[in-house]
Parts: sequence; structure tokens; C-alpha cells
Amino acid sequence: MGFDQYHEPPEELPAETRTFARLCASLEEESQAIGWYQQRLAVEPDAEARAIMEDAQGEEFKHFSMDLEFLLRRTPRWRQIAEGVLFQDGDIVEHGEAAEAESGEEGDDADSAGAGDGSLGIGSLKEIP
Amino acid sequence: MNHLLRGHAPLSDRNWKLLDEEARQRLQGALAARRLVDFSGPHGWEHSATNLGRTTLIGTAPCDGVVAAQRRVLPLAELRAEFSIALSELRDDDRGAPDADLEPLDRAARQIAIAENVAVFHGWEGAAIGGIAEASPIEPRPLGESGEDYPRSVARAVEALRERGVEGPYGLALGPDEHLHAIETAEHGGYPLMDHLAKILCDGPIVWAPGVRGAVVLSLRGGDFLFESGQDLSIGYSHHDSEAVHLYLEESFSFVVATPEAAAPLSS
Repeated sequence: MGFDQYHEPPEELPAETRTFARLCASLEEESQAIGWYQQRLAVEPDAEARAIMEDAQGEEFKHFSMDLEFLLRRTPRWRQIAEGVLFQDGDIVEHGEAAEAESGEEGDDADSAGAGDGSLGIGSLKEIP
Repeated sequence: MNHLLRGHAPLSDRNWKLLDEEARQRLQGALAARRLVDFSGPHGWEHSATNLGRTTLIGTAPCDGVVAAQRRVLPLAELRAEFSIALSELRDDDRGAPDADLEPLDRAARQIAIAENVAVFHGWEGAAIGGIAEASPIEPRPLGESGEDYPRSVARAVEALRERGVEGPYGLALGPDEHLHAIETAEHGGYPLMDHLAKILCDGPIVWAPGVRGAVVLSLRGGDFLFESGQDLSIGYSHHDSEAVHLYLEESFSFVVATPEAAAPLSS
């Protein structure tokens, strides 16, 4: 089904939310593919086949990363939490809890827009037909 | 708390939600440029300049035997529109009043949206921003006296872009008067003008663009017009007194026309 990414009636959703949902669906598909390749690589004995699958998995890493970066740019609070977790040494859970708490403080602190930077979260309004 | 100092304002969470939602609604309808150009960011309030990838030679190097150059950047510009809301209106909002007077916010939102549109479409010399219409090498043609003239003018503009190898889809920014003419005009046979224009634009958007003089046809293919946002539009707190809270709408941005021939202006 082509419209499974929508949880609410698409016609009631603003364009930017539809775009956001499409990229969330894409992120999910890329991570699923990464997991599949990981499993195939774990059982494949043929070196040539493994090389192809490793190359393909690298493509999925790239796609996943691009999807994630797009979503983080459009979601300041998500970006703020991610900055506290990604590429950090140490305890992942501790970093996650701290980053969430910090963003929550700003969120409670008169940030009704839900954007970590306090902006209105308008961003791009461009729609390509 | 960041530089917007929202936590210092004597506003409840409900008040902030009301103001943010009102501002968002007003701005989204008027921010025409963002419907038509590439948007990068937001990169944050600390982001100060856009990389232009170019250098200027420096005549004097620190010592002989070396050549010196300095990177060129486009500093981000800041726009701020101040407004005041009566505290009594906000207390009424806290009580559940559905009709708080937010007219000052509406005016500020309209002004900052117009400023952004003007900077993008017609330029802002003080901020070293070149506008799309002024940068275009295509000589502006008249859009036409009446709405019925628009399809021919827009078709010629699209053709001028195609002749220069600029592919679509295309978008059309119409100044408020021109937009009004377009929506109230039905061509012979009752065919809505807006539908006809959309077909000419390869189903591209027709955008109400306050601040635009005349109209601009431009390609939406991407990579031609680059809007870089530092702090995206936000409401910040200035100060308050016994009568009102004084706030502002603010943003920082730069704009670069990478492909001047990807737009065709039409004069009013």
C-alpha cells in the first residue's frame, strides 16, 4: 500500500507533515534493509556475494543517514536530543536521558512551538508538483 | 533558555501557544519566497555567514614568496518586527476567551513576511542580497492590464526560461493586486484563469506574494535560488510593563541567486 505512512487522513495533513511522514517511512525502510543485509552477511560464505552485499549495505547506510539528517533539520527538538546522544563517548542511556531532560526543560520553558530553538518551526514551504 | 528570553515574559504556556499559533498561521500564508526557493537550515542563531566558495586576493602577504587570499562570505542579515500585546487580552485568554486581540502580532507578521519576500524577489542592498527579479538577465515584460492578458505573458516567460535551458516545473509569484486579478478572472467559456496558468507552469504553484511588484516566473528544479536560514522565524521577549508585554518576531537569513537566468520577471 502506497499510503501506509499516514496514520491520519492525508487530506487533513499539512504538506510539510506529509513530507515528514514520507521521510519517516523511508528511514524505517532503510534501517530494515540494513538489518536484512546484516543477517545475509552473517550467513553468506561466498566472498564475491558478500562483497556485493557489503557494498549494498553501504548504500543503505548513506540513505538512512540522509533521511535522518533531513528529519533532524526539520525537527529542532529531535535534533537537540540527537546532538546529545550521537557521536558521544560514554553511556548511551545516560546521554539520552540527559539530552531529553535538557530539551524538556526548554520545552516547558515557554516553547510551545515544540522546536528546541524556540522558533515557530516554519522552515521550507516549497512543494514540487 | 536561549536568546529569545521567552521564559522571562509574563505569559502562561497557553498564552505562548496562542501567540505562536497565530504567528505561524499568519506567516505561512504570506511567506511566498519559501514556497518557491530552496531552503537550507535553520542553522541556529550563532550561524553568521553563508559560504560563497570564492576568494579575494590580498595584496600584501605576511612575507615574500607566498600568495594570500581571503575567503568571501555573505553575512546573514537579521530582521526584527516588534509588537506589543495588552496583558489584559492575555489574561482573558487564560480565562478561555476565544477572541483575544492579536492585531499587533498580525501586523508584525505581515511586515516581516513582506520584508523577507522583498529581499528575495527584489533584493536588499544594505544586506548585500540580490533579488531574483533584479538579477535576471531576462528583460521584464508587462504582465498585462487585465487578468485575461496573464496567460500569454506567463507563457512567454516560461518560453524564455526554456530557451535558456532552464527546465521546470515552474512557479509564479504574483503581487497582491495581480493575484486578485487572477483569482477573480474567468476566461471565455468560464474557464478559471488560475487553472489555465497552472497548466502553463506544468502544474507549478501560483503564490500570493505580498511585497512583490508585478510577478516573477521561476524554475523550481532546485539549485538556482538559495535561502539560508540561521534562526528561523521566532517570537522573542523584549520587556513588559503594567499594561502590555513587548515582544518581537525575528529571524536571520541570507539569500543567494545562483542562476540568474532561472527566473523571468513580469512588470505590473
